[in-house]
Amino acid sequence: MDVIRNFPFIGIFFCMSSGVVNSVLPGKWAKKVSITAVTLNLVLSAAVLYYVIVTDQSYVYVMGHHPAPWGNEIRFGILEGIFATFFCMIMLLSVLGGIRRLEEDISEKRSNLFYVMVNLVMAAILALVYTNDLFTGYVFVEIMTIGACGLIVVRGESRSLVASVKYMIMSLIGSGLILISLSLIYDLTGHLLMSNIQEAIAQLVESGSYMEPLATAIALLSVGIAIKSALFPFHSWLPDTYTYATSTSSAILSSLISKAYIFLLIKVYYRVIGIQVIFQNKILHLLFAFGIAGMIMGSISAIRQNDLKRMIAYSSVAQIGYIYMGIGMGTTIGMLAAVFHMMSHSASKSMMFISASGLSSVSGRSCRFTRLRGAAHRNKLAGFAFLIGSFAMIGIPTTAGFISKVYFAQAAVQSPSNVKMIITIIALGISTILNAVYFMRAIIVIYSPVQEQGNHAKRKDTLMTAVLICFIVFNFALGLYSDIVVDYMRAGLAMFS
Amino acid sequence: MAAHLLQNYYETVAVILFSIGFTTLLLHRNMIKKIIGLNIMDTAVYLFLASKGYIEGRMAPIVTGGIQDMEAYINPIPAGLVLTGIVVSVSVTAVMLALTIRLYRRYGSLDIDEITMKARKEEN
Repeated sequence: MDVIRNFPFIGIFFCMSSGVVNSVLPGKWAKKVSITAVTLNLVLSAAVLYYVIVTDQSYVYVMGHHPAPWGNEIRFGILEGIFATFFCMIMLLSVLGGIRRLEEDISEKRSNLFYVMVNLVMAAILALVYTNDLFTGYVFVEIMTIGACGLIVVRGESRSLVASVKYMIMSLIGSGLILISLSLIYDLTGHLLMSNIQEAIAQLVESGSYMEPLATAIALLSVGIAIKSALFPFHSWLPDTYTYATSTSSAILSSLISKAYIFLLIKVYYRVIGIQVIFQNKILHLLFAFGIAGMIMGSISAIRQNDLKRMIAYSSVAQIGYIYMGIGMGTTIGMLAAVFHMMSHSASKSMMFISASGLSSVSGRSCRFTRLRGAAHRNKLAGFAFLIGSFAMIGIPTTAGFISKVYFAQAAVQSPSNVKMIITIIALGISTILNAVYFMRAIIVIYSPVQEQGNHAKRKDTLMTAVLICFIVFNFALGLYSDIVVDYMRAGLAMFS
Repeated sequence: MAAHLLQNYYETVAVILFSIGFTTLLLHRNMIKKIIGLNIMDTAVYLFLASKGYIEGRMAPIVTGGIQDMEAYINPIPAGLVLTGIVVSVSVTAVMLALTIRLYRRYGSLDIDEITMKARKEEN
């Protein structure tokens, strides 16, 4: 059993090194290597999750046998296990589901580069989930930025080139803020390992010295990560990026990369700064306000779109707003709601991007609403998956989206501040109605009856069918058995601090 | 206040450089100048780290002729962080430059606003 403690490191290392190998392999082999690496990571993280649940404690894996204040560490508890397993699964499903579309979008000669990026991003996500060292976190944030840029630009179209440049600029601004904030934290505490920093910060808070630099560092880090995960006023890069990337890339960007950044933020709040310190900090009010604004403005922008993928992209802005609203509430239950919403949103958003690609492939490869009319009759399963995804976004019962809204409402009611409670409940109501407006419109368009039976004789995409069935089953399972997941998340968050 | 700023002039300069780089990266329209801004921003952080890692009168922790008192050495980690940061920023700069070359070949311009407008016009 103890051998499982090595698994997180083995997973990251294998993913990284096979990514390097992929750069010289032909596309067909790179695909196999990449899928093997992700599947292996899924198995390894599931084993890690099982191990931490059975033993009910967290572990620290010391890299290279250098003890605590000097060496580099990997730490895993229940929450890390849950999210590593979940991210691997979504990655596997997104890559498999979009493979046919990918082969149409990217020439065979260059397709190995796509899999290099998939491996890099996967390794970076796992490292961000597992790491116990702030500077390692920063390095992998940069690796993820470069990998994400590659995922966008690999399509080779001019619009995706422009989108990737915009993404890079905003992302680098975020990295710069994160870097200076980490330097500040290092100067204040003299440590880079999360647990040591937490002790040092607790001492600083107790003595009341250096409070302004500490608050500055927290603010810079929060804003940096908010830019990278497209919180509302910093979301300008998001719509173009998600629209013009290939569908697998959009699914990975929206449901894995932005969520991994938020996971890092929550981890820093709990493990580095200490949850009691952060709950007193005013930056949470800012994140709360931006989150609320994002929920409303994202949905309003989504209503105005006439392109399906663009609409889903703006809906992402709104859903990221929900997550930051939960973080900004400044209570443990708000944090729990945010963590659960991270999972439910990324499960349904990746499904929607894959099903959108299925719908557009039977509508002349276009995502415009005028072309998509009746697409759900031509590709029944993709239409159904889109329907389920929309239900989850709106928050219809039996879906995970409903459960996360229930938790947000509960968190609002139990919030110590009355103002936040009222604002949250009103915003939840308004945003649910707005979500319903634009998703219902999309559903009506794709299910509207059509006369002509046009390009019906498309090649069957069995892989996508299987993936969509997996997604639908998983979404329902997450909605119906949410109690178990939330219980483990609660235990994981308790283990975090 | 001003006396403190003058006393810690390394940090002051680092923060001023950081904001110059930040604003250039965010607001300048020319791609190459954006990349220069990125580099100024990163360099400011390295200046900040390096100045924090330097204590006057102490030497680098390279042991020659027996270990002296602990007070004789500086902490080498800030220098290590600077090196790591330089590697990261070099690779990011390379990616940005590569993207800029492709943009220039495609649109014949380095002005990001003009490129966006051209790209929109082509779509419609």
